[in-house]
Amino acid sequence: MSTHVEHAEPGIFRKYFWSTDHKMIAMQYLFTGMAMALIGGYFAYVFRMQLGFPNQYVPGYGIVTPGRYNALVTMHGSIMIFWVAMPVLIAAFGNFLIPLMVGCDDMAFPRINRLSYQIFLLSVLVLLSSFLVKGGPFGGAWTAYPPLSAVGSYNLTPAGATLWLVAVALEFVAFLLGGINFTVTTMNSRAPGMKMYDIPLVIWMIVLASIIFMCSAGPLIAGAVMLLFDQTMSTGFFDPTRGGDPLLWQHLFWFFGHPEVYVVLLPAMGIVAEIIAVFARKKIFGYKTVLYTTWAVGFLSFVVWAHHQFVAGIDPRMANIFSITTLLISVPITEMVFLYIATLYGGSIHLDTPMLWALGFIAEFMVGGVTGIFLGSSGTDIYLHDTYFVIAHFHYTFVPIAIIAVYGGLTFWYPKMFGRMLNETLGKIHFWGTVIPFNVIFIPLFITGTAGDQRRVYSYALFAEQSRPALQHLRLTSTIALLVMLSFQLIFIFNFFWSLRNGKSAGANPWRSATLEWTVPSPPPHGNFAVMPTVYRGPYEYGLPGGADDYVPQNVPDQAFGDQNS
Amino acid sequence: MSASAKPIANARSGTGIPSARLITWWVIASEIVIFGGLLASYIMHRVAHPEWAESASHTLTWAGALNTFILLTSSLCAVLAHQAADSHDGPKAAKLLRLTALGGLIFLCVKGYEWTLDIREGFVLSSGGFWSFYYTLAGLHGLHVLAGMIIMLIVAADAAKNEELQRVECIGLYWHFVDIVWIFLFPLLYIAK
Amino acid sequence: MTTETHVDHTNYVKIWAILVALLIVSVLGSMSHVREIVLIAAFGVALVKAYLVAKNFMHINVEKRWVPYLLIVCLLFIAILFAGVAPDVLKHNGLHWSKNPADVLVPSAAGATKNE
Ligand SMILES: [Cu+2]
Repeated sequence: MSTHVEHAEPGIFRKYFWSTDHKMIAMQYLFTGMAMALIGGYFAYVFRMQLGFPNQYVPGYGIVTPGRYNALVTMHGSIMIFWVAMPVLIAAFGNFLIPLMVGCDDMAFPRINRLSYQIFLLSVLVLLSSFLVKGGPFGGAWTAYPPLSAVGSYNLTPAGATLWLVAVALEFVAFLLGGINFTVTTMNSRAPGMKMYDIPLVIWMIVLASIIFMCSAGPLIAGAVMLLFDQTMSTGFFDPTRGGDPLLWQHLFWFFGHPEVYVVLLPAMGIVAEIIAVFARKKIFGYKTVLYTTWAVGFLSFVVWAHHQFVAGIDPRMANIFSITTLLISVPITEMVFLYIATLYGGSIHLDTPMLWALGFIAEFMVGGVTGIFLGSSGTDIYLHDTYFVIAHFHYTFVPIAIIAVYGGLTFWYPKMFGRMLNETLGKIHFWGTVIPFNVIFIPLFITGTAGDQRRVYSYALFAEQSRPALQHLRLTSTIALLVMLSFQLIFIFNFFWSLRNGKSAGANPWRSATLEWTVPSPPPHGNFAVMPTVYRGPYEYGLPGGADDYVPQNVPDQAFGDQNS
Repeated sequence: MSASAKPIANARSGTGIPSARLITWWVIASEIVIFGGLLASYIMHRVAHPEWAESASHTLTWAGALNTFILLTSSLCAVLAHQAADSHDGPKAAKLLRLTALGGLIFLCVKGYEWTLDIREGFVLSSGGFWSFYYTLAGLHGLHVLAGMIIMLIVAADAAKNEELQRVECIGLYWHFVDIVWIFLFPLLYIAK
Repeated sequence: MTTETHVDHTNYVKIWAILVALLIVSVLGSMSHVREIVLIAAFGVALVKAYLVAKNFMHINVEKRWVPYLLIVCLLFIAILFAGVAPDVLKHNGLHWSKNPADVLVPSAAGATKNE
């Protein structure tokens, strides 16, 4: 097998912006996603301040007007899902991990990979440019229901609406290209000997997520074109006054939007699987069962979408069907969580920071899952729809996915990405400083939502039937907890950059992990493997008897197995 | 530049299907859901709006039929190019690919002429539900024809030098898919009035 | 390559001729005034044409088995989408809303609601 010859050091532009190396593209996605997370977090700060301290000056922003409030919540939702969760969970981890964990030197199509990031970057720029146009960024909610989103005189942000739509469409194209590349690489480019059931779960899950995305995004891309024409060319696809149908958009949107939940959930589940196997020193309990339930989740995620539309006037018979399928999908998800807990049972658990995040994910995500039962049942949903109960529910799913699991993955693979260890004490402070305020933010919102607080209300004082001053202390608690949670993120940012230079040197395999990425130096060189590996076993051979080396890496042949334990 | 050197990952073939063809199948799969979503939306509306038949009666069947003929013929050229590439005759494959792209160009010209006639009669994108779908469906399809032509000319340039011949088959697969989309658009927009 | 298992002497020109003949059939069929004939000429012929192109030009019959299944699964998802959406879009009036104002404004919208 050939190794890559050393190239002359390329220029800055070539190295950081024009690279086809999957690790560099992963870093591009990671840092772009983290920068967008700062913007999305800042917006949450501003509108939460408005809700906690109505109509007062917000430090760092100013007075929040009603129109601005709409734009802030719209942008917070869009950014956190499309420009943070997707690029970090799928694109950054997928790019970094897939070639390393399946044992090859790069993606199957490195230049398509680079194009994927460039289109993604373009979508970021288009979105950011909407902050500068007349009327400001789009304010018609991240779901962009027409006619609100289609008619400029309704949403008052005509230019922002179109730019938002273009940005989302570009982002989809970027992830279609990236996802197809991930899929082909995993199918075709695995190391010799790596059979279907030797692939680490995180890779399986990223690829399955990419496939779900691929199969669900198409109708919404078509819908985006139609909505774009409604906005700019005065067609009437979704406008009832012109013979169109607004429900059609809702269907197209949620046919994508619900699978999207699983598109981001699956990579998070995969990251957690890798972490708990390593830190419990145990084989994943029921690897194949995890996989089969993932397929079941993937398929079922396509038949539940209309549970978002129970109050939209859909056919009530369909509401029954969608209630049943929605409750059904909790079965495989629960099974996956049980399998993870079974993996922990009897393991020798090491509570390092990544493990804390992984355990935090399981605990918090269960709250999100259980509260989803109420919203999936059409009866209770009619009452709870569009209240803060919904907000609290999906933040109990999305925050574990896009924040907690991402921190788990980052702290776990940071040594591999940058060659140094993060500071463990700061990591633990950051963990508790994130997870505790997170619960304090959203538990009060379950209560205000159940009491009837509607979403997307700029100031409750303006609506007699919404005002409920008795709930103000809960709204305020939520706001203050958010301030605490945001300030603890500074510790992570400090730890991240400080450890780049000052962290303890990591070595190739600091966590004594068995998957292939830990067999190469940290950070991995161009081309990854000095000698292309061959795989002899599954990814989770942990807890073997025999002292310090209680694991066998995937690339160690069977004969050497005996020597390892002697 | 390292991009020109293909990674080992590209040469492996765990599935037995070469990576280039595998990625083409996945692209086609994702295109199926894009066109599928739009076509499903159109069919639902078309069935729900019997009065759209009046609008549909104005479409120019001869133009649709001519374009179907052109695309079928260009698909024939594409498959012959694949045959030539399989027998390692790069220059012949390139010639046939350019012929295919020419078919795409004629298709777009006919489309442009047809739309000019439609617009002269006063039927534009916003003239009502049927016309909105008519222009959107054909427009999205036309974009795919255009993209296919551009890629095809790039592939042909390499093929003429006997390089990257595996791409001839892939762009052909894509072109046949675009052809199949049109095979369904033709009755939907021109025949079933 | 597909050709390893495929008899490489498919007469592509012959397939093309059949396709063109089918095209003529569908154009002639469209002139009929019997609705059933028009529909069969339109969609029955289209299905046959698509099958011929997929089989003979895309060689999907000699590709790995899972490839056509993958494409069929994608079509299945679209069928699911259609089944879930059609009850609403074909019905045109919701449980809690109607398009009465639209019916007044636009005659075509009124026509749409007649098939309630
Ligand atoms: Cu959902």
